[in-house]
Amino acid sequence: MNSTATSPEASRPLLTLKGIEKRFSLSGDFLEQLQFKGGKLVRHQEHVHAINGVDLDIQRGEALCVVGESGCGKSTVARTVMGLITPSAGEVHYDGERIDNLSTKQLLPYRRRMQMIFQNPYASLNPRMTIQQTLEEPIRLHHPDWSNQAVKDKVSEVMTSVGISADWGPRYGHEFSGGQRQRIAIARALAVDPEFIVADEPISALDVSIQAQVLNLLMEAQQRSNLTYLFITHDLAVVEHFGTRVAVMYLGRVCEVAPTATLFSRPRHPYTQALMSAIPRLEDDRPQHIRLEGEVPTPVNLPSGCVFHGRCPHADERCRQEIPALIATDDGGQVACHAVEEGRIG
Amino acid sequence: MSLLDVNHLDVRFALRGGDVRALRDVCFSLDRGERLGIVGESGAGKSVAAFTLLNLIAQPGYIAGGSIEFDGQELIGLSDRKLRKVRGHRMSMIFQDPMMTLNPVLTIGEQMVECLKAHRRISTRQARTISINRLQQVQIPSPEARLDQYPHELSGGMRQRVIIAIALLLDPDIIIADEPTTALDVTIQAEIMALLLELCETHNVGLILITHDLGVVSQVTQRMLVMYAGRVIEQGPTREIINDPQHPYTQGLINALPQMATPGERLNQIPGSMPSLSKLPSGCAFHPRCGFVERPDGSHRSACHEEVPAFVTSGNCQAACHMVAEMIESERIPAEEQD
Repeated sequence: MNSTATSPEASRPLLTLKGIEKRFSLSGDFLEQLQFKGGKLVRHQEHVHAINGVDLDIQRGEALCVVGESGCGKSTVARTVMGLITPSAGEVHYDGERIDNLSTKQLLPYRRRMQMIFQNPYASLNPRMTIQQTLEEPIRLHHPDWSNQAVKDKVSEVMTSVGISADWGPRYGHEFSGGQRQRIAIARALAVDPEFIVADEPISALDVSIQAQVLNLLMEAQQRSNLTYLFITHDLAVVEHFGTRVAVMYLGRVCEVAPTATLFSRPRHPYTQALMSAIPRLEDDRPQHIRLEGEVPTPVNLPSGCVFHGRCPHADERCRQEIPALIATDDGGQVACHAVEEGRIG
Repeated sequence: MSLLDVNHLDVRFALRGGDVRALRDVCFSLDRGERLGIVGESGAGKSVAAFTLLNLIAQPGYIAGGSIEFDGQELIGLSDRKLRKVRGHRMSMIFQDPMMTLNPVLTIGEQMVECLKAHRRISTRQARTISINRLQQVQIPSPEARLDQYPHELSGGMRQRVIIAIALLLDPDIIIADEPTTALDVTIQAEIMALLLELCETHNVGLILITHDLGVVSQVTQRMLVMYAGRVIEQGPTREIINDPQHPYTQGLINALPQMATPGERLNQIPGSMPSLSKLPSGCAFHPRCGFVERPDGSHRSACHEEVPAFVTSGNCQAACHMVAEMIESERIPAEEQD
């Protein structure tokens, strides 16, 4: 694949999200939405605004980490990228082609190139399939012309590459520990030689000593096969270690994107600053925790203007009314904050 | 004498294939107002240790031996009626999941008043006043209104604050918090931890904090225990263990943290995983994963898979490890020879 790479292809981002929005209806079906109000029958709809206009580029070979608190829409972004959810608005482009409006059949060749690793290895493996079957299924689906022997060879190859013994094939998922299951899930993703992997909190269900094993495995796979990652996590220590770039999300919007080292040395957005200061660290001399007022507002009724204004110590009138756009900063990042733009905060 | 003294605690679960020993020979103590962290991975026995303190171990689990002495009173074997005077009153507990801990069909106020009236002879009006006061202490806005709300009307962070308020209702001497912030987001976690720490300090309440997060332990507690496969393998002042861990498992846990490695480099992983409690390796339970079974000169330390290591003292810390014992021994002999 890489041999045919021409210069426009090399510079083109592997994946582009353009103004992605996703709303989930809370009001049930059409009949449930009907209500009597003042003697009239009106249709009333309520939505969870899971993501509200996300623009992201992912370059080949990078590991883009998306961080944020629960409910900020980071998993929805991952699922939209994979085509598991159709966006309410916006476009997903993969290697220059628009993929969000494709049929399942048309999407199949892309599904081989992009694979997903899920959070909970206890739920993501089919309990009624042996490990051999689990790993063979994607290969047989994407390479129907392969011989049985070729499929078996590929399965034992990926099993060895993730450090599980090739004779575990006839066993079932429940016979393995969480860390081993996550290795199997990673093997399943790698079985079809993808170029892009979406990992949705792949280590948060695992113990500390196992987390390190799985992270090492993901990094080895990246070096071996030049993978690109979209890595969803809430753990900033993992991001600092693993990511080349970080996107911070809050209430369905990206509030800051920056190269990892830049973001950690100089977070610009007030929310990023608060998030950073909240990481429990081993050192004594931790910076003072920036306490945020209040809680994350509900994504059903989004605040006007900047979604963070209600908790932001630097909010002013403009923040309450105008939605900030992502603007480039001098150190290679992008930040969506009026205060940074106006130079009110560093 | 300490407020709480736990000695040689032995907890087993009677299963069909025989007893599984969840805790073996667990000893620790807690002074008044002290904050102790219990750290370990899942299956290490840290939650069982906490549950045992309040005798919340249900069938098929049972306490096979040891003693739990609280303020001079032995808790093991105490009748339920007498135990209730301690449980929830002088020792209270905060559980992991704030979604599961509160009763969904009772208002916050009903749950708080119920708890107060179970332990004290007071009127509902007085109980409500105390409840409002406690909700204020945990920084819940408009506490009067909250009393009449149901748990589902509150966010996760708010619910955990309510639970802390309930734990504080009867001015306990010790709060046992089992992973109190694991289910919460980082910014909320930082707030809840800061609150818990502040309340423990101002009310001089002892805290037993159970967690797998070394960062949280290092910021909140004064002393810590590290557990592995049902045993305490290292204990001492938190700062000293974090800065200079003795036991190879503790070293491995700390070194496996992403912040200990250069970004982009391999993390220092501990090979293998925690053994099942029903199939523990012989000798030191950690030896199959330990990189120190071979001595630096290449010879094999057979004690590691033959004998369960005893605690050796190194500075203010204690570690149960043959390697550490050998090192201390070898340091001591030259020193004695010089004398």
